[in-house]
Amino acid sequence: MRLLLLSMVLLQLPPGVAAWRFTAEEIAPGIYLRPGMQEEFSPRNYGHIANIGFIVGNEAVAVIDTGSTLKEGLSLRRAIREITDLPIAYVILTHMHPDHSLGAAAFRQDEPEYIGHKQLAGALAVRQSVYLSRMNQILGNMAKGTEMVLPTQAVDVGEVLKLDLGGRSIHLRGYPTAHTNNDLSVYDDKTGTLWLSDLLFVERIPVMDGSLRGWLKVIDDLGSRYCVQIAADTASPLNSDASKRCKNVNRIVPGHGPVVTQWKQALDDQRRYLELIATGIRKIIKQGGTITQAVASVGLEERDNWLLFDEFHGRNITAVFAELEWE
Amino acid sequence: MTAVSTMNHKGWRWNTCLEYTLTLLCLCLIASTAWAKDDGNRWFQIKNSLFGDKYIQSGEEILGLESPTRAMDAAIVPITIESKLEQTPDRYIKSLYLVIDNNPSPVAAVFHFPGKHSWETLSTRVRINAYTDLRAIAELSDGNLYMVNNYVKASGGCSAPSLKDPAAAMAQLGKIKFRMPEEYNQGDLLPTQLLIKHPNNSGLQFDQISRFYIPADFVRTIQVTYNGEEVFTADTDISISEDPSIRFGFVPQESGVLEVHVKDSKGRSFTHSMDLPSQDKG
Repeated sequence: MRLLLLSMVLLQLPPGVAAWRFTAEEIAPGIYLRPGMQEEFSPRNYGHIANIGFIVGNEAVAVIDTGSTLKEGLSLRRAIREITDLPIAYVILTHMHPDHSLGAAAFRQDEPEYIGHKQLAGALAVRQSVYLSRMNQILGNMAKGTEMVLPTQAVDVGEVLKLDLGGRSIHLRGYPTAHTNNDLSVYDDKTGTLWLSDLLFVERIPVMDGSLRGWLKVIDDLGSRYCVQIAADTASPLNSDASKRCKNVNRIVPGHGPVVTQWKQALDDQRRYLELIATGIRKIIKQGGTITQAVASVGLEERDNWLLFDEFHGRNITAVFAELEWE
Repeated sequence: MTAVSTMNHKGWRWNTCLEYTLTLLCLCLIASTAWAKDDGNRWFQIKNSLFGDKYIQSGEEILGLESPTRAMDAAIVPITIESKLEQTPDRYIKSLYLVIDNNPSPVAAVFHFPGKHSWETLSTRVRINAYTDLRAIAELSDGNLYMVNNYVKASGGCSAPSLKDPAAAMAQLGKIKFRMPEEYNQGDLLPTQLLIKHPNNSGLQFDQISRFYIPADFVRTIQVTYNGEEVFTADTDISISEDPSIRFGFVPQESGVLEVHVKDSKGRSFTHSMDLPSQDKG
C-alpha cells in the first residue's frame, strides 16, 4: 500500500509543547486518514486523538469525523483543500464522542449535509454542554470557537444510505446500540474500505459507552460474514441477491489505532477483551458480588495488551456490570 | 420463589415537576459558585439544616464507610456503610443519612429502620459531581448522632448524562428485582440486593435541541417489608445513580413475602414481591 504524505500543516505551538504535524495519509486511492494519537485528550496532543479523514470522488468530497475542536476541523479542511477543490458535500459523524464530532463547525462554510445515526442528534443534544466544557477545561484556547453542529440527515438502525461521490459510492450503515447508541459505519465500494470508527479499537483499549451485548453482536456479524452488507436488512434470508450485496472488506479503518488489512485478528482481539470481562462480571454477579469486587479482579490479565488500560478499564467494568446485572 | 410486579402510572404533575427542576437548577448554580470553594462552610449549612445545633460525635465505633478514593465512573460510584453496632431494641440505628457535600442536592438518601431487623452492611451507588466529602451519619434510637466521612475524587456525575440508551431505559422503567443467595438458613442474616430500573433523571441535563433541562424524574421513596413488617424505608434523591441498587440484610425468621413499594417524583408507583419458602435444614 502506498502511503503518500499529502499535507503538513504545522500548528502554532505553545511554549514547551512537542511538535505535532497535522498529516493526512492516502491509505487507499482517494481515501485519506489523519491518524489520531493513542492518548487521552491533552494540550500536548491538541485533542487530536481520533482517526479522522475524508474520501474524494470525481465530483465531491465526504468528510468522515471532524476532531475535537473547531481548529482541528479547520486543519482537516485545509488538508482537503491542498488535495482538491471539489465541493465538500457530506460531513459524516460516526458517533457522538467529542474527539470525533466537535470539529464539525469548520465545514459550515461548505454547506454540506451533516449525516449521522438517527439517535445522534438526541445524544449530542444532552451531552454537548458537558463535552464542550470538558474540552474548554482540558484544551483551553485550543478549543476556542468550538460548537455543536447537529446532523441534517439521519440514518436509521439497519438502514444503509448510499452516497454518490462520482466514480465511487459510499454506503452508510446505522447500528443498534453497541459502542454507543448512535454508531455509523462507512463502506467505500471502490477500494473495499470499511470505516468502522469506534466500533473497532486497535491497540487502544475499547471504551464501552453503549451496550456490551450489542457491541459483541456487531463484531460477530462482521467477523462471521467476512463481508459487509451494503443494502438494508432484508426480510427474507433466502433472497438470492443477498450474497451479491455482501461486499468484500479489504481494510478496516478503526476509530483509534492503525488501519488493519488482517482485520479478522483485530476484531478477535477486541472480542476477546469484551468477552473476557463479560464472563468475569457475570460470574461475580452470580455469586452476589459487587462492582467494587469486579473492578478489583476482572480482566486485569489484559493490562499489557492495551494502551490506556488504567484510564478506561475500571470504567468499562462499572458500565458493563450495571448492564449485565439486568440479564 | 415467585415474583410479582405491578406498576401504576399516575398523571404527570407538570407543575411539581417544573418546581423541582427550578429548585434543582438554583441549587446547582449556588453549588457551582459559592459553596464548591468552601467545603467546610457547605457542610456547616447542610448540618444545620438537617440537625440544627445538635452535637455529632465521631462515629468510627458505630459505622464504617467504604468508597473508592477515585471514582471509575462519576455516575456510578459504589459505596458501602457498615454497622458496627450490636443492634438491640434499646439501642439501634434509627436513621442513616448519606450526604455528598458538593453535590447539587447534597442529601443523597435517608434510610429509616424500625430496629427489629439487625443488619451489617448497606450499599448503594451514587453520582458525584465534584471532588467531595462523603458522609454517613447515624441517628441512634437514643437520639445520639455519629458520623464517619471519606473524601472522593470524582466529577461530572450529576450533569454527565448517564443514560447510554434512553429508549431502552424508558421501555424498562419500573422493572424491579430482588437478588439473594439461592440457599440460606432461616434465622440467619440474608444478604439481599434490590434493583430498580429507573432513569433517575437529575433535572440537571440540558437538552441543546429543546433548550430545556430534561425534567427531573427520580425515585423518591423505597419501602421494603417482610410479611408486612417494615425492613427499612429510604427517602432518596437525585444523587442516587440511574437504576438504583440497594444491598441490605435482614433476618427472615419464617417463610413469607418480601415486598417493595417504590414511588417516584412524577407520582408513579411500583411494587414487587417475592415469596421466600421455608428452608429445610438438613
